[in-house]
Amino acid sequence: MSTMQSPQTLAEKVWNAHVVRHGEGEGEARQPDLIYIDLHLLHEVTSPQAFEGLRLAGRKLRRPDLTIATEDHNTPTLDIDKPIADLTSRTQIFTLRDNCKEFGVRLHSLGDKEQGIVHVVGPQLGLTQPGMTVVCGDSHTSTHGAFGALAFGIGTSEVEHVMATQSLSLKPFKTMSINVEGTLKSGVTAKDIILAVIAKIGTGGGQGYVLEYRGSAIRALSMDARMTICNMSIEAGARAGMIAPDETTFEYVKGRPHAPEGDDWDAAVDYWKTLQSDEGARFDNEVFLNADELEPFVTWGTNPGQGVSLSSNVPVPEDFEDENDRKACERALTYMGLTGGTPMKEIRVDTVFLGSCTNSRMEDLRAAAEIVKGREKDPQIRMIVVPGSARVRLEAEAEGLDRIFKDFGAEWRFAGCSMCLGMNPDQLAEGERCASTSNRNFEGRQGKGGRTHLVSPLVAAATAIRGTLASPSDIANTPVSA
Amino acid sequence: MEKVVTHTGIGVPLRQSNIDTDQIIPAVYLKRITRTGFEDALFAGWRRDENFILNTEPYNKGSVLVAGPDFGTGSSREHAVWALKDYGFKAVISARFADIFRGNSGKQGLVAAEVAQSDIELIWKELENNPGTEVTVNLDARTVQCGSIVAPFQIDDYTRWRLMEGLDDIGLTLKQEADITSFEATRPAFKPQTLPARTAD
Repeated sequence: MSTMQSPQTLAEKVWNAHVVRHGEGEGEARQPDLIYIDLHLLHEVTSPQAFEGLRLAGRKLRRPDLTIATEDHNTPTLDIDKPIADLTSRTQIFTLRDNCKEFGVRLHSLGDKEQGIVHVVGPQLGLTQPGMTVVCGDSHTSTHGAFGALAFGIGTSEVEHVMATQSLSLKPFKTMSINVEGTLKSGVTAKDIILAVIAKIGTGGGQGYVLEYRGSAIRALSMDARMTICNMSIEAGARAGMIAPDETTFEYVKGRPHAPEGDDWDAAVDYWKTLQSDEGARFDNEVFLNADELEPFVTWGTNPGQGVSLSSNVPVPEDFEDENDRKACERALTYMGLTGGTPMKEIRVDTVFLGSCTNSRMEDLRAAAEIVKGREKDPQIRMIVVPGSARVRLEAEAEGLDRIFKDFGAEWRFAGCSMCLGMNPDQLAEGERCASTSNRNFEGRQGKGGRTHLVSPLVAAATAIRGTLASPSDIANTPVSA
Repeated sequence: MEKVVTHTGIGVPLRQSNIDTDQIIPAVYLKRITRTGFEDALFAGWRRDENFILNTEPYNKGSVLVAGPDFGTGSSREHAVWALKDYGFKAVISARFADIFRGNSGKQGLVAAEVAQSDIELIWKELENNPGTEVTVNLDARTVQCGSIVAPFQIDDYTRWRLMEGLDDIGLTLKQEADITSFEATRPAFKPQTLPARTAD
């Protein structure tokens, strides 16, 4: 029978394995499919109104055993043993605790060893596995696509829908293949790949699509790096990003707390190995990128598509043909306090933020630590390091990374979303400029009037040493103490 | 959800592309646990500028927002839709919407009408030259009208039907509960469950 089937993409395979009921009709008039959801992740910000909706309608949470919650967006990264100072933040977190208790949801609270950013916690517990459907009231749910899962962010109404039905009514997504062939140069990372992809296709280029990242440069990446790439799929407007599972994936999942065991493991791996786009599968769109040519990439503007190679200059409005892009450039330059034509490497920053669901995993921390080890921080720079989860923090401390960061003069914090969106006290001041390993450089994202340049952990580390945006090669000659 | 078939109200031209959800509602306003009362939060950063369009007459009484392409990018926060609705907007017109924002709008009875950028340019001119001009968004005919301009808009059939009937998604899905239960019986045993909780310790 399988020989009769037309070739399918990875996204189509995962979709088809979760159809509870096909929508009726054809073409534009086709009704949505009802799709089953394998894992529902919750956090304090987008869930209270959904729980309230359930309560008001007298509905049950259908599958508490497929649901897990963590506290991340609001949590402080200092003094976590003291009451949360911000009363509205505290109320929101207490509301999550009350709701989880009432509806029987597993919750990892501040202070718990498994607490952390929801997109770091899921994979780390082994709950994110290939071929699953994963949703969360958070756009960066695309992160979990790194395992070959179909994972996407939803709004609060849909959160309530999943709570009540463990399913979602959805129209099939289109598919786009992002082929990255070649070998990354030293100092170039997954973050640079995804920033280059977004700059190429634009913040709306992925709308309606699931992006499948393919090619030799992707296959060579670790799971942490693959998560960085899939994480920012939403920044290209895509519904989700995916990478076909392989030995790297299986190796990562194996032995984690919720990984299948014994016969289940064998059955799972047999299935997971089928999760690749078939030879001859048709994508609705294709994009090609040469990894050999990539350089460290940074943003200059106020959306993640406004990025350039670190070695080039801030653009001028005249560089853009489209009038809307020209206006967007003018506006971004004003907000960012930049003059077109300035070399990116001459931009002086005030703060370096290493963290967020994009770049706060062990590999990110190790890479940055290796650069700052024994070197001196620019005295004007404030550097904050925020591990993605309490578990990552513990692991990093076991390797001595905390010591390296502290000796360098950086602040070593507790886990959470932190300065990525400034819902907790970690914010930029008006006009402050930040090299940030996070995912959004929107106006005011990191604090009212704050200016964000999105960078890789390597660029973040080098920038903290030089004081201006820099790549590791720029600081190669700075002294290193033993 | 309230039924929407047509809506007519003052159009607000917002000549800007890539209006992300952090601009529509900054994160600091997301700490509330209610579903209403977000009118003060809409475009909170920009509204501090007294020249911002929503601070000027008669646009401050507007209910149809006409924005540049890629409206609602970024975060999944449905609060963006709540804030627009609480302020009084019934429809947003743009050449391109971010997917999650568009989905959230459909759940909350806010019409996200996708209109060609060339038509939006004409509507912007009309609204700027004649402030207070009303825009009619007609879901039945799938058109927006502003002065003498009549432009078609795109919206998917299912969302349009739900908006026009004022249907609640969860209620619709629960009618298929038997299908969900049968599907659950076929799920492979190796799929993980969050309970009982396991941790690395």
